[in-house]
Amino acid sequence: MKMYLSNIFTNSEMQEKYIDIFTSSFLPLVKGALYNTLPLTFIAFGIGLVLAVITALMRLSGSKILRGMARVYVSLIRGTPLLVQLFIIFFGLPSVGVTINPLISAVIGFSLNMGAYNSEVIRAAILSIPKGQWEAAESIGMSHTQMLRRIIFPQATRVSIPPLSNSFIGLVKDTSLASLITYSEMFRKAQEIASQNYEFLLVYSEAALIYWIICVALTFVQDRVENRLERYVS
Amino acid sequence: MIKVSRMNKHFGDLHVLKDIDLEVKKGEVIVVIGPSGSGKTTLLRTLNILEQPDSGIINIGEQSIDFSQPVSKKEKLKFRQQTGMVFQNHNLFPHLTAIENVMEGPVTVQKVSKDEARKKASDLLTKVGLGQKLDVYPHQLSGGQQQRVGIARALATGVEVILFDEPTSALDPELVADVLDVMKELAKEGMTMVVVTHEMGFAQEVADQVLFMDEGKIVNQGSPDYIFNQTDESRTRQFLKRIQ
Repeated sequence: MKMYLSNIFTNSEMQEKYIDIFTSSFLPLVKGALYNTLPLTFIAFGIGLVLAVITALMRLSGSKILRGMARVYVSLIRGTPLLVQLFIIFFGLPSVGVTINPLISAVIGFSLNMGAYNSEVIRAAILSIPKGQWEAAESIGMSHTQMLRRIIFPQATRVSIPPLSNSFIGLVKDTSLASLITYSEMFRKAQEIASQNYEFLLVYSEAALIYWIICVALTFVQDRVENRLERYVS
Repeated sequence: MIKVSRMNKHFGDLHVLKDIDLEVKKGEVIVVIGPSGSGKTTLLRTLNILEQPDSGIINIGEQSIDFSQPVSKKEKLKFRQQTGMVFQNHNLFPHLTAIENVMEGPVTVQKVSKDEARKKASDLLTKVGLGQKLDVYPHQLSGGQQQRVGIARALATGVEVILFDEPTSALDPELVADVLDVMKELAKEGMTMVVVTHEMGFAQEVADQVLFMDEGKIVNQGSPDYIFNQTDESRTRQFLKRIQ
């Protein structure tokens, strides 16, 4: 540690070497983020959101069977580690003849996960809309679908943006687990680079920095969206 | 216009409406009074099927539903579209502006074109004195203004009956008059209205019939003069004495 720091500050040859490693690995890492980490995040979050809305509506439906199915799904996903789920999909399923490539495996795993966790967020958001809103919509003759689409979802969206942003930002970082099922997203790129130059601290810190920059940017977007949706509440 | 026969409603073990019979003629204003828990709000809500009766028949206009039979969703929807409802807490849609609130029923339910709906909504809001507040969100309006948007919204789908559920109970006293004025105006124009309220002045001035409810029954009914000045029925007299 001491040596490392003193090298950085005093030894100009070492400084040059670190800067060189930093700059030469920056582009591959950013590429990994742009072409792999972020697409995986967006696709999995999108599919997960659809699953989440469906699951939330199943949990709130009058049918015992639908409620039960949704509950089992959420319980299974929340009750088992994400990494174990990814391993089952990628390393486990081939044993029964189902072989799925790393990207698709990751998309399946993360989507199922987002669907389960976010269904609770969306369910809570829907339940937070006062009963009077449903009644007012009913009283002007709306069907159940019209109520959801025109009255409940727009209001529930506002309520669910902060927790959904939370899980989105969580997902950006969780995609690093996909490296373990050989999907070459940013962190796997970092591992590959570090295993060649042995500068683990430098390269992994660089990867951490890029994750952090992405999350700061996303938080900024979240604030903008929240402000936009706040306009109708005092 | 409205005919209710032998309607019953239970909440669990609680028998909230007991063999209700009621008739409202076209253009009449019916005011329902009574102590809290007497079932007056529930009665009003059954007319819009926000509460579904356990038995009995309700006729509104041409349509009739017998609640001792299973009632389909479609039937309920169609039935409901004949009546507008004004809620105690207005229940305006907070994510829509005043005019969008009023347009929502015509556009989404009746598939009226947006332009046409906007024009009609603007006329209605002007009529309730809010012609200057079309594009304002509900939270930017006073309680009385919110309630008047609520009335415009209830009128927008061209209903023949409006149900008012304690429309002024949640308002500051100085805002009550504005809302009552709009309601009087509607009554004058011949709108059929059923009003649950504690505003006895309004009942005396506007009502054609006053119903007194207690413990889930219509105990007494008649002209305002009869209910407020002449009746000998003890529970009515007791109630009126207590609130004066």
